[in-house]
Amino acid sequence: MTQPEDNKRAASHQPGDPNTTGHTWDGIEEFDNPMPRWWLWTFYATIIWGVIYTIAYPAWPLVSSATAGVLGWSTRGDVASEIVAAEEANAEINARLAAIKMEDIAEDADLRNYAVSSGAAVFRTWCAQCHGSGAAGAVGYPNLLDDAWLWGGDIENIHLTIAHGIRNEEDPDARYSEMPAFGRDEILTPEEIDQAVNYVMSLSGTPQDAAQVEAGSVVFADNCASCHTEDATGDPEQGAPNLADALWLYGGDYDTLTETVNNSRFGVMPSWSNRLTEAQIRAVATYVHQLGGGE
Amino acid sequence: MAILDKHKLIETNATLLLILSFLVVTIGGIVQIVPLFYLENTIEKVEGMRPYTPLELAGRDIYIREGCYVCHSQMIRPMRDEVERYGHYSLAAESMYDHPFQWGSKRTGPDLARVGGRYSDEWHVDHLRNPEAVVPESVMPKYAFLEERMIDGKYIGDLMATNAFVGVPYSDEMLEAAQADFRAQADPDSDYDGLLERYGDTVNVRNFDGQPGISETDALIAYLQMLGTLVDFSTFTPDASR
Repeated sequence: MTQPEDNKRAASHQPGDPNTTGHTWDGIEEFDNPMPRWWLWTFYATIIWGVIYTIAYPAWPLVSSATAGVLGWSTRGDVASEIVAAEEANAEINARLAAIKMEDIAEDADLRNYAVSSGAAVFRTWCAQCHGSGAAGAVGYPNLLDDAWLWGGDIENIHLTIAHGIRNEEDPDARYSEMPAFGRDEILTPEEIDQAVNYVMSLSGTPQDAAQVEAGSVVFADNCASCHTEDATGDPEQGAPNLADALWLYGGDYDTLTETVNNSRFGVMPSWSNRLTEAQIRAVATYVHQLGGGE
Repeated sequence: MAILDKHKLIETNATLLLILSFLVVTIGGIVQIVPLFYLENTIEKVEGMRPYTPLELAGRDIYIREGCYVCHSQMIRPMRDEVERYGHYSLAAESMYDHPFQWGSKRTGPDLARVGGRYSDEWHVDHLRNPEAVVPESVMPKYAFLEERMIDGKYIGDLMATNAFVGVPYSDEMLEAAQADFRAQADPDSDYDGLLERYGDTVNVRNFDGQPGISETDALIAYLQMLGTLVDFSTFTPDASR
């Protein structure tokens, strides 16, 4: 709006008396034009909306409680109904998943797809922190992509391991075994440990000291073979790893192996049966089984 | 209107304007804040809450000192995705002995409100030492130095007394036994019956970092391993209408 037009309008509005507020500062006067109508009506609408809103939703504090709102809405009720709705939507397929025999999941394409994708979500929420988001593991935390399995890699065993965990205190059905601390508890002398470590290294690579290997094989047969088996291929029944392959959980170098034999290892996995539903455990077992190494 | 004419008095008197503005803001504050202290549905009674043990309290201090709250929240919001990922949404009462609370305001790392019991102590040691060793994509700094900083709980009784001063119900007996309880919790071979008697059977008594002595890592892991575990949601159902 240009200046002359403005003046003209002001003049037509109240002839002979410009609509100013009457305030004058150093000769500068202040117009007293009305608010734009659209603005004023929007303002009134927000007031009306505000009143309706505080009636509909929890709002005004009274003596012992606040008004609950005529809609009966609450944050907690809202999240509870969202969870119930999601559970109901999946109830049928979850019931099917929880009831079917583990081996048969793979044969039901729908069920398998559901198990793998929901299992992937469970894995990333609960398992990725130790086994890695890609399931490749880390030092001390098994890689789930390869075909080396401490406690068996068929679907039943994976399910059992996830449901009850390993060496935890919370679940009496947890898988349990304990390697002796051969050095710390003085079961073997440092010399014998050196021999056994060199023997174990020779099985999948080069020993640090080839002269010790033969003596080491005797130490191994007497002390280690009962769990790791005579050919050192391990025993998944008691979580004894295969020592003849080149795959290592803690490391296969001389120092790490010596540390392992000296103080033993006691890897722990939590029990999941009290945190996840049976359907979730089966889903994540199916997911892990199909990653590549499942037997 | 007469009242609008008097408005000129306020507009031309800066001090009066200031005083009256302050009064208006005060009324707004009172209406919003005061009801929180007396409305029954904002003060929820929750089973299982107990004050922190001395070792946990020391761990909490390390948590605050290292600024963990800058990247980790301790507040699971009532939304389905958060409840599925982190567990039951947080209750106000679960922070009742926190001075100050550790809700945080930003998550660079995950929420820790229910991290207790979720990982093994060994995992926490590995993770604090070098987070990337267990979570390759992690941007968390390394806290290996905590293992070398041994603590003796010299001032733990004072810290507890300060907490008691602001309302945490530490009894005189707890304050007297502060040092002993501090040491007992990190030593499963000690006589820790008194500790369990004072703080409940659910207190974790372990050598948290697996090393001799009590390091800051011990205290921090003791704190992390109890977070969110006090309320047993299998027996306690929060009132849905709150």
